[in-house]
Amino acid sequence: MSDAIRIRDLRKNFRLGFIPKTRPVLKGITFSVREGEIFGYLGPNGAGKTTTIKCLLGLIRPDAGTVDIFGRSSLSPRSRETLGFLPENPYFYDYLTAREFLAFTADLFGLARRDKAERIARLLKLVGLERAADLPLRKYSRGMLQRAGLAQALINDPKLVILDEPLGGMDPLGRKEIRDIIVRFKDEGKTVFFTSHILQDIEMICDRVAIIVGGRIVREGALRDLVSEKVLFTEVTVSGIAAEVFGDLGESLSVQGDRVLLRVFGEAKVDEVLDLVRDRRGRLVSLSPRTETLEDIFVETVTRT
Amino acid sequence: MKIAAIAGITFKEAKRDRVLYLLFFFAALGIVAARVLAVLTVGDRIKIIKDVGLASISLFGVLMAILIGTGLVYKEIDKKTIFTLLAKPLHRAEFILGKFLGLVLTLCVMTLAMTLIFLAIVYAHTLRIETPLLVAVGFIFLELVLITAVAVLFSCFSTPILSSLFTLAFYLIGHLSWGLELIIRKMRPGAGRTLVRGLYAFLPDLENFNFKTEVVHGLPIPAGIYLSSFLYGVCYTAFILGLAVLVFRRRDFI
Repeated sequence: MSDAIRIRDLRKNFRLGFIPKTRPVLKGITFSVREGEIFGYLGPNGAGKTTTIKCLLGLIRPDAGTVDIFGRSSLSPRSRETLGFLPENPYFYDYLTAREFLAFTADLFGLARRDKAERIARLLKLVGLERAADLPLRKYSRGMLQRAGLAQALINDPKLVILDEPLGGMDPLGRKEIRDIIVRFKDEGKTVFFTSHILQDIEMICDRVAIIVGGRIVREGALRDLVSEKVLFTEVTVSGIAAEVFGDLGESLSVQGDRVLLRVFGEAKVDEVLDLVRDRRGRLVSLSPRTETLEDIFVETVTRT
Repeated sequence: MKIAAIAGITFKEAKRDRVLYLLFFFAALGIVAARVLAVLTVGDRIKIIKDVGLASISLFGVLMAILIGTGLVYKEIDKKTIFTLLAKPLHRAEFILGKFLGLVLTLCVMTLAMTLIFLAIVYAHTLRIETPLLVAVGFIFLELVLITAVAVLFSCFSTPILSSLFTLAFYLIGHLSWGLELIIRKMRPGAGRTLVRGLYAFLPDLENFNFKTEVVHGLPIPAGIYLSSFLYGVCYTAFILGLAVLVFRRRDFI
């Protein structure tokens, strides 16, 4: 499978202030995104995620290194013919309606008139903006703007979709809809590169991830390789038994009424807790083994770095 | 197609600018007031109407070009709409040309509207349509096109206030630089004269577009002058736009 994105030793310094001071933002980034995969790009605020995206879009010239999109330099406008982009905070001409805005972006791709109307109608339906299509964008909520942004990113039926925080500002239902749309992209053979602070979303839909901290990629790989399936601990909720009875079998996390939530380490101790519940005629409310999550890896990586 | 799309959106945006209508109102007021002024003045009334009318079109046209043009590119960067635009397969030169043409279209509509009012006022006085006035208006428009290019250039790297000051300075220098020609004539040949001649060649000479006096007083103008003024305007505008593209191409959008 060929690379949709290929970044090699990407470096960028910003010179800011009245007496310009050089601040390195990207310190030699190297990674690739394969065609057809969903790639999550994670990092704390200020790590260099948006700067990387801006280099991908040719909005920023790298000081060193190369950025290729489907084998073309990102500095060439032709590299953006097969690319769709949704910015973190969608900034659009707020006096236009969603339909007008989509028509404008279609013109920037030189879409034929007969294809334009059909594609706009299809996209408005896809992102759920059919009813609001003729309202000026200034009357849109943040979530609606995000949907309009997604629609404009798809106007050229791109092979690669770059989404900067696509789930920010969305309600839970909206987030699920957008997640489903992203998964559908993969089914259609599109490549998705996206950043998000909501790690559960990344964990749910990404094939591979890279973690950037302080302008360097500190971890990269397939999600299944990064996240182990080993059980870290088990959360057990029981009722009808006092927390003190469990002694050092588990750490009592909370007590609500006659319910006790315990954190139990090791399978043997879980068995002992269950035996105790049976003996004392208590009731087992829930038992959930907790495996390592992307959040654990992220926190550990960022803290260590 | 892409340039036309950017020009269209720029025209749409400029149309929403209240400053444009305010300036248009004052321009119309100036043109109409020329007729009142003519009544109060001793001398050839129609010449005063034409003189003040053409001056109003020129002055308010320049103010429109400066006040709207200097914010054109800056606003796109400030409001971050540029991120969405440049993420499309759009050359930066296409973006600059689109913005420029959008404002030129706006100024064209405004100049046409001001000219119609002006011709109507002149017609009310003379009962005939004075076509030579269109020549003067045509060259005023050419000057506005050049001023727009300058405003776009400054807008690529500076704030609207600073850009307005720079563009205004360009306009004033452009209308005073012809004085250098007089100095060159009076200077002895030598390094000093070559230096002043170089400076004169570099600085704009916006008096090349000023045919108001000739048109108002019915003075003959050789056809070659029209052509050279037209070519001067086109070449200078192309040069300034080229500079704007160069500056804009090197910009990082952080």
